[in-house]
Amino acid sequence: MKTLLKWFALLLLPALAAALWLAWPDVREPALVEGAALPATAARIEQGRYLARAGNCIACHTQAGQAPYAGGRRIGTPFGDVFSTNLTPDRQTGLGAWTPGEFWRAMHHGRSRDGRLLYPAFPYTSYTRVSRKDSDAIFAYLQSLPAVAAPRQEPELRFPYNTQLALRAWRALYFRPGEQREDAQRTAQWNRGAYLVEGLGHCNACHTARNALGGIDLARNYGGGPIPTLGWEAPPLASPQPMSDAQAAEMVELLQGGTSRHGVTTGPMAEVVFHSLQYLQAADIDAMVTYIRSLPPVGDAPVPRQPRVSAARRAELMRSGEPIYRQHCADCHGQQGEGRDYVYPALVGNRMLTGASAGNAIRSVLLGGYGPSTARHPQPHGMPSFAQRLTSEEIAAVLTYARGNWGNEAPAVSPVEVQRH
Amino acid sequence: MKKRFQAAWLTALLLACAGTAGANPADPMAERVQACAGCHGEEGRSAAESYAPSIAGKPAGYLYQQLLGFRDGRRKHAVMQQMLAWLSDDYLRDMAAYYGTREPAQVPRPPRATAAVLARGRQLVEQGDAARRLPACAACHGDQLLGVQPAIPGLLNLRDEYLQAQLGAWRNGSRHAPAPDCMADIARRLSGEEIAAITAWIATRELPQEHRPAPRRDQPLPIDCGGVP
Ligand code: HEC
Ligand code: HEC
Ligand code: HEC
Repeated sequence: MKTLLKWFALLLLPALAAALWLAWPDVREPALVEGAALPATAARIEQGRYLARAGNCIACHTQAGQAPYAGGRRIGTPFGDVFSTNLTPDRQTGLGAWTPGEFWRAMHHGRSRDGRLLYPAFPYTSYTRVSRKDSDAIFAYLQSLPAVAAPRQEPELRFPYNTQLALRAWRALYFRPGEQREDAQRTAQWNRGAYLVEGLGHCNACHTARNALGGIDLARNYGGGPIPTLGWEAPPLASPQPMSDAQAAEMVELLQGGTSRHGVTTGPMAEVVFHSLQYLQAADIDAMVTYIRSLPPVGDAPVPRQPRVSAARRAELMRSGEPIYRQHCADCHGQQGEGRDYVYPALVGNRMLTGASAGNAIRSVLLGGYGPSTARHPQPHGMPSFAQRLTSEEIAAVLTYARGNWGNEAPAVSPVEVQRH
Repeated sequence: MKKRFQAAWLTALLLACAGTAGANPADPMAERVQACAGCHGEEGRSAAESYAPSIAGKPAGYLYQQLLGFRDGRRKHAVMQQMLAWLSDDYLRDMAAYYGTREPAQVPRPPRATAAVLARGRQLVEQGDAARRLPACAACHGDQLLGVQPAIPGLLNLRDEYLQAQLGAWRNGSRHAPAPDCMADIARRLSGEEIAAITAWIATRELPQEHRPAPRRDQPLPIDCGGVP
């Protein structure tokens, strides 16, 4: 009898408690308000189209080469893969039967129409800051799209991450719903920028490091860090020194056109520019940069452990890197790493090249790449792939040379690090 | 005086036009595609030791389909995918047009199979296998395998490893063309030995003097191909 009681206490009670906990709404969630459904006028739909661009919904909710917004794109996480869903107004498989209130609940609370908690691969940790008015406009736009039948695909997550209990726990730790508040001390432009960057832009989904459980490390907000599963690292947006007006103007160019006087966006950032930022009004990009300039500096992002390179070895890599640079890189990036304005990025002072980690630079040299085609730069220039033409030793040497010359002062790159990619 | 002036003006205009046509180094596209030259060679003529295929002079419509396919993941290759990921349809069409108008060059490839294997390959390429309703390669790719405008590629001047890898990729489903995917259908009906024989024979063919893809054809193909308009 006693043992039975003990078992009861040990097993059943926690299970009961868990069940109770699960049944309770985890985040303070007021009853669903439908409100007076606003008419889906052409102007509201147009507004929604613009806001959906600002949120880059199309990138995740479209499978390359398939119908836009029909979902089905596989999105990797350290815990397994999830699939984006169909946002077209198909009644069976899309949002056809949804109400604006249910859509708002998904954006604001991360809860689906049927009450299921949603995986935070859908960046509702940011979208929760979007206003109800804007959420309704996005909904009106999505409802105006042609309906496409595309059923939901089950996530391929490992146990226990595939349970609602795990999501529940994750949300208790890392999710605080709440709309963006106006800061009366700041300008309207700053507030607009904060709303876009923190909300629809979900910039910190990549530009802030995540902890082992995939939670965004807000103590180091915008401090940059590796993006799990993508193999790219996001540079910090918060800078230790205040940004000059010239630097801010160049950031505006980069975000709007994908190519600026000295830089080109690559990898995941090229995707953000290609599908989202190039469509935003100049005033909104200006506002975002105004906000980014004001971000408080945070400590350096945690740098992945790297093999050590001795001073003698570094000198050797520098020496052998120089002729490789002259032969393979200088034609485009310039003898002094100065690049060519709006064509080839400068390597002098290039944050992507000279970050604490050389991960992005190694990836660029191995895979090559083009900046994104945008209205301003429809036909950007490209960087060749050197994976078949240079050895790991040569790539380490040329990058050590470029990271340590012309005023660049980044540490050496070891061939072992190149081989990891 | 006025006449002279007009003539000078006309000559200048003509020169300027000549300057923008064809393989002129001043073609802005030549610099834009420098990133491709590392693997595919100058103007798309890849070196004998390069695995990457020569793309000079292939039908532009075919090249455009391949670029879209790499970008959108129908055709898988990590470098090609990363290169093209954020390029617009218009830009890819212009790149395809650029390579479609370059001059190919013959790369010597000594035969690497026995006479019997080559003969089997030749038979399949030129006649197919009527018993299995397998069309001849030449029925679609042209009598001389030079391709047909605008969307069927020539098969000459490619390494046999490359040709084999493509047929293999179709067979195991990692390369796709728009449905109905005729090449996937054909590749699945070929045995490994047949693929080896076909590719070995094709790789020994020399690029003839006149090597442009044949003009568009009106009669239907022997098999339905979604990629061919
Ligand atoms: C980074 C990728 C990503 C972005 C960007 C993104 N989503 Fe999603 N979204 C997802 C994923 C993945 C899911 C599926 C989550 C799940 O199954 O729990 C999802 C689910 C949803 C759902 C819930 C659908 C359902 O059936 O429950 C809605 C609504 C939604 N997204 C709307 C949007 C809107 C609107 C935007 C743009 C403002 C957007 N998403 C941007 C990845 C994304
Ligand atoms: C999907 C991940 C992702 C998202 C979302 C994202 N970024 Fe980035 N961003 C990156 C990566 C990776 C880089 C480094 C590659 C490069 O410079 O192009 C980068 C680079 C940048 C740079 C250049 C920094 C430098 O020092 O050169 C700026 C500016 C930037 N991002 C701003 C933003 C803003 C603003 C947003 C929100 C609208 C945003 N990013 C959203 C991944 C992301
Ligand atoms: C044909 C011209 C060309 C050559 C040759 C070339 N690059 Fe690049 N490189 C580019 C272009 C264009 C970009 C921007 C596109 C991108 O990042 O995807 C770039 C980007 C980069 C980047 C990323 C920087 C950034 O801001 O995006 C690094 C690092 C780099 N190159 C290093 C090298 C090195 C090292 C070599 C020689 C081994 C080299 N490049 C050769 C054209 C070239």
